[in-house]
Amino acid sequence: MELLLEISTSLQAGDDGRVYELTVKAIEEGIGPKEILDDGLIAGMNVIGERFRRHEIFLPDVLLAARAMYAGLDHLKPLFLRDGITGRGTVVLGTVQGDLHDIGKNLVGIMLRGAGYEIIDLGKDVAPETFIETAEKEAAQLIGMSTLLTTTTPVMARVIELLKEKGLDGQIRTIVGGAPVSEGLAREIGADSYGYDAANAVEVVKALLV
Amino acid sequence: MSSFLDRVRSGEVLVADGAMGTLLFEEGLEPGQCPERMNLERPDILESIARRYLDAGAEILHTNTFGASAVKLADYGLAEQYQEINRAAVAAARSALAAHRLAQETVAQGEETTDAAVATARSAVGSAAASATESASRDVYVSCSCGPSGRILEPYGDTAETVLYEGFEQQLGAIVAAGVDLITIETMTDLREAVLAVRATRSISPDIPVMATMTFDDTPRGFYTVMGVSVEQAAEGLLEAGADLIGSNCGNGIETMVRIARAFAEATDQPIVIQSNAGLPEIREGRVYFPESPAFFAEKAPELLEAGVSVVGGCCGTTPDHILAIRRVVDERKP
Repeated sequence: MELLLEISTSLQAGDDGRVYELTVKAIEEGIGPKEILDDGLIAGMNVIGERFRRHEIFLPDVLLAARAMYAGLDHLKPLFLRDGITGRGTVVLGTVQGDLHDIGKNLVGIMLRGAGYEIIDLGKDVAPETFIETAEKEAAQLIGMSTLLTTTTPVMARVIELLKEKGLDGQIRTIVGGAPVSEGLAREIGADSYGYDAANAVEVVKALLV
Repeated sequence: MSSFLDRVRSGEVLVADGAMGTLLFEEGLEPGQCPERMNLERPDILESIARRYLDAGAEILHTNTFGASAVKLADYGLAEQYQEINRAAVAAARSALAAHRLAQETVAQGEETTDAAVATARSAVGSAAASATESASRDVYVSCSCGPSGRILEPYGDTAETVLYEGFEQQLGAIVAAGVDLITIETMTDLREAVLAVRATRSISPDIPVMATMTFDDTPRGFYTVMGVSVEQAAEGLLEAGADLIGSNCGNGIETMVRIARAFAEATDQPIVIQSNAGLPEIREGRVYFPESPAFFAEKAPELLEAGVSVVGGCCGTTPDHILAIRRVVDERKP
């Protein structure tokens, strides 16, 4: 549909004002909020994610597109609640204890939100217990952990251990990522999955939470 | 002491030190601790790291102030202590240098008295110290390491330019007053932030030499920072802001750094600085491992010199042995 395509292209251009206007217009025209999300906002973020991965665009472009996405998403949220539409799932996200780098984690949050997941972002320097308490309280299906430092990967391992101790593994799944993290490390510490970048994280989460 | 810039302009290649963080972690820095807190609490560790790099033949020593701008220190609740933290880092570097000089003089005097005694001393302390005695007359410069704030500037992020500028101005003002010889602005990915740091330096001192380096990704379309800055844009913007040497540090191993150096040489005729990682970190059996050995650095460093690099040093994962390897390559090149 023309209007939804325009939402997608305006989002890609980082035009938050335009995305907001078009979202309002789409609702007025009676297009369903789920359709606006999937074929407008998510479609646009998918293009942004793919182009970022191919190094065709850079972090500033992604951040502007994300802002435009939120301009539309914030307007759709009350409608989802009204219509009783539930999201694809809830993800608790954070940079692990001992690390204050959150740009990568924020990117993952943006992309997952753009893909239709509910994100509870715990920020940076997050203790293992906080991840688990929050995931239990919010009935999240997934805990996503990020780190840029090479020295904080044991914190990720601790979260996974705690889940096992509480018998929550299998019920609450885990994904890890960040510069020093690899597929091998993810396996070694027993994480359910690993995302090598923000766009890949979305694919992995989709596969994990079917 | 001969001028750093005169030496660079005469075509000399200078060797900088290697990683600080990597060695601090070996010395017991805990993950999540502020590395710059060591400046106040364990200056002895900083001194011993600096001495190891001096023994390896480094002639540019970086202060442990990568994250010592008030803006960055605020993450650890240490913003108000930025002056002491910067001053203590300079004091540790200077004190290592003084101890290094004293040790050199002692060895030199020994040489005058009995050659046999020196031979014993040399075999006892190993090749690093032997190389140090050869460098008895080498001038050493203490450079302020100044890294990015970790914030994202408006309109992409929430931080105003004035906030970063003032943060850099405070840090650089404190550390220039404490007596550094050079400024190294490093690991930058946003050209605007790097330019703010260079300008802040220039507002404090019109003539202190400034090295400014950015971290690039190797993309199919060439080298770009994650913020989208090309080598050409970096060269032009940093020089215009008043940097004397420009180049790259971190993010890549030495082979990619050789290609980045060539890209800089094509973009500018101004002197280039390269501080390479010892490859990209891997985790092996739960431990961090940097794959590029000192021998690999020895093999590849000549290509950096051929590319026309004026200052060669190390970044993450490099050790005094990597610097010693570079030192030997540079010394062999000398006529």
